[in-house]
Amino acid sequence: MLATRALSLIGKRAISTSVCVRGGHGVAKVEDYALPAYFDRRDSPLPDVSYVQNLSAEQKSLKEKEKGSWVALSNEEKIALYRISFKQSFAEMSQGSGEWKSVVGGIFFFIGFTGLVVLWQRKYVYGPVPHTFEEEYKEKELQRMLDMRMGPVQGFSAHWDYENKQWKK
Amino acid sequence: MSLPKPMMRGLLAKRLRFHLPIAFTLALTAAIAFKYTVTEPKKQAYADFYKQYDAIKDFNAMREAGVFESVQPTGK
Repeated sequence: MLATRALSLIGKRAISTSVCVRGGHGVAKVEDYALPAYFDRRDSPLPDVSYVQNLSAEQKSLKEKEKGSWVALSNEEKIALYRISFKQSFAEMSQGSGEWKSVVGGIFFFIGFTGLVVLWQRKYVYGPVPHTFEEEYKEKELQRMLDMRMGPVQGFSAHWDYENKQWKK
Repeated sequence: MSLPKPMMRGLLAKRLRFHLPIAFTLALTAAIAFKYTVTEPKKQAYADFYKQYDAIKDFNAMREAGVFESVQPTGK
């Protein structure tokens, strides 16, 4: 702990990478994923860190120039500064891709495959349908529906002509 | 490189001002259309059916067809 406090004089960033030796157990390595990371997200516009961490000499001098008046910066320099801080612009990160075509294609493919599986199932897995599906039985069912006047106003029996014993034209 | 400042506030209010009247009009139209294409014809169909309906005659026809359990066809 004392070592960390002493090292904090060097600068804020140093703390996260400083070595903490406690009770003779050794060094705890700070993993990359545990440090603040850069991300491009529409709903969180300002990431925790700049995109470019290790500035080249040219970029460092540009950063120094940034401390002065911004009117003195040319357009290319402004863009260069932007690209130091950010990886993709909003327009770039928001642009659509053609991924949806693959997704829809995959959906159709698997629906088709499922159809084949269902057909196979119908043939090899399921037993025969009940006798109530036979033609004769169905005819008797429909006659009974007409006899008990099911749907007499706008439904089934409304379309049957009881006088002439046929469907209404 | 100086762009005009974009609209920062009132975005939902602006959208609602435009879309709510449309939404209400469409909903009202849908309801009115449904009333006059479905419910009114249905009510008329039922009224017409029951104007000429003879319940006893219908009952006897059903009885002869043998669909009842409480009464048998007159033959038996």
